[in-house]
Amino acid sequence: MHSTSYIVRFVLIMTAIVAVVLAFMSTALKPIHLKNEAVYNKRAILSAVEKEVGKPISGLSDQEVLDIFNNQITQKVFTMSGKELTKEEVEAKGYKGGLAENVDMAQEKKKPEAERILPLYIYKTADGKTKTIVSVRGNGLWDEIWGNIALDGDLNTISGAAFDHKGETPGLGAEIKDNPSFPASFVGKKIYDENGNYKSVDVVKGGVSDPVHQVDAISGATITTVGVGEMMVRSMKYYEPALKSVKSNQ
Amino acid sequence: MAEVKEKNAPAVEFGKEERKLITDPINDNNPITVQILGICSALAVTTLMNKALVMAIAVTAVTALSNMVTSALRNAIPKQVRMIVQLVIVATLVTIVELTLKALNYPIYKDLSVFIGLIITNCIVMGRLEAYAMANRPWRSFLDGIGNGLGYGVILIIVAFIRELFGKGSVFNFKVIGPNAEYLINTASSPLLSWYTNNNLMVLFPSAMFVIGIVIWAHRAWNKKLVDIS
Repeated sequence: MHSTSYIVRFVLIMTAIVAVVLAFMSTALKPIHLKNEAVYNKRAILSAVEKEVGKPISGLSDQEVLDIFNNQITQKVFTMSGKELTKEEVEAKGYKGGLAENVDMAQEKKKPEAERILPLYIYKTADGKTKTIVSVRGNGLWDEIWGNIALDGDLNTISGAAFDHKGETPGLGAEIKDNPSFPASFVGKKIYDENGNYKSVDVVKGGVSDPVHQVDAISGATITTVGVGEMMVRSMKYYEPALKSVKSNQ
Repeated sequence: MAEVKEKNAPAVEFGKEERKLITDPINDNNPITVQILGICSALAVTTLMNKALVMAIAVTAVTALSNMVTSALRNAIPKQVRMIVQLVIVATLVTIVELTLKALNYPIYKDLSVFIGLIITNCIVMGRLEAYAMANRPWRSFLDGIGNGLGYGVILIIVAFIRELFGKGSVFNFKVIGPNAEYLINTASSPLLSWYTNNNLMVLFPSAMFVIGIVIWAHRAWNKKLVDIS
């Protein structure tokens, strides 16, 4: 039997050693973690324009991802009313770096709608066309879902979409990410109808009646895919003023 | 004090008994199919083979190192708080594994999400510390940890292979069998296999339960030693 003072000393020393080891590990690996996270987020944004990049995004090396981002992407941040923010203004909102990629969509979703800021990316293809990528965020069945939507030069037709989720069921809700045919079904859909009214793209269960503004839900994942539809209708609306100001600058 | 080492520990040797420490948990005393431990992570991370492989490596590293550290400290650890001490050792190692994986392969880290952290609660790890490391020398405890990690990993890989092949038609994300030209065996173009589609049930959690059950049955049918004759 060990004495009580021995136990206390043992536990204190053990805790101190563990704390030092973990603090050291965490600090030493922090720069690598941050870089990995940045590349991961950039890949997610680029997956919306996978077709234009011409190669599977997951097959690109980290350096290629960074190169594409540096050379072909212009990052902008807008307010809800469509005013473009400068780097300093974004930094003042608490996002170090001040670029669109630094904006944390999860944080923004917690703010009141009028105070949110919106990241927007303009991708220049090799032949000089532009694709505008916007970020949307909503709720699935278990947790949050989000996505990046690429729009054609007319800022109306969807040219690519990529979704991700925090905790949807594998094989059902997770198919919004894992099954490439679901995001592909958004391609060619339009945000505005012929009269220029905002409609976005909804997800409907069984039987698409309006092929320009509706896609089919995934069977067995109704709540998740209806969440995708809700996200597309609500979040794309946020971008209306921002897209207008992008259009007027074109 | 926390660094007490075995004074007369034998040099690192690898004889018949040491080999048995590795092979025993893989077959006769497998943590999953014989002891039925560590089932929850086996259900959760076996949808894809590369997830299962990374999980197997992580668990093997944690069991081996925690066994070794606990064994090295076994005479210094006060018996009254031994479980807490073991838990701290395991939690530290799991955090180290998590930080390392986050640096080495971020997408896999994202995929495995909470399950790396949940290795702390994996019964195999604590079970080996209590059952083996507290009574044996560090080198042997290390081998015992490796053996049990491998025993867990082998079953994980088998289950993941079955689930990924029949659920997604792929092996390590390489598309093998499925209904279009992207797959190695294009079932749509072959008249004999045109009925085949990937079984989505295999991607869902319940299938892991069935598959593990079938693996346990197959293991017992093959290894007569496991059948209870009493």
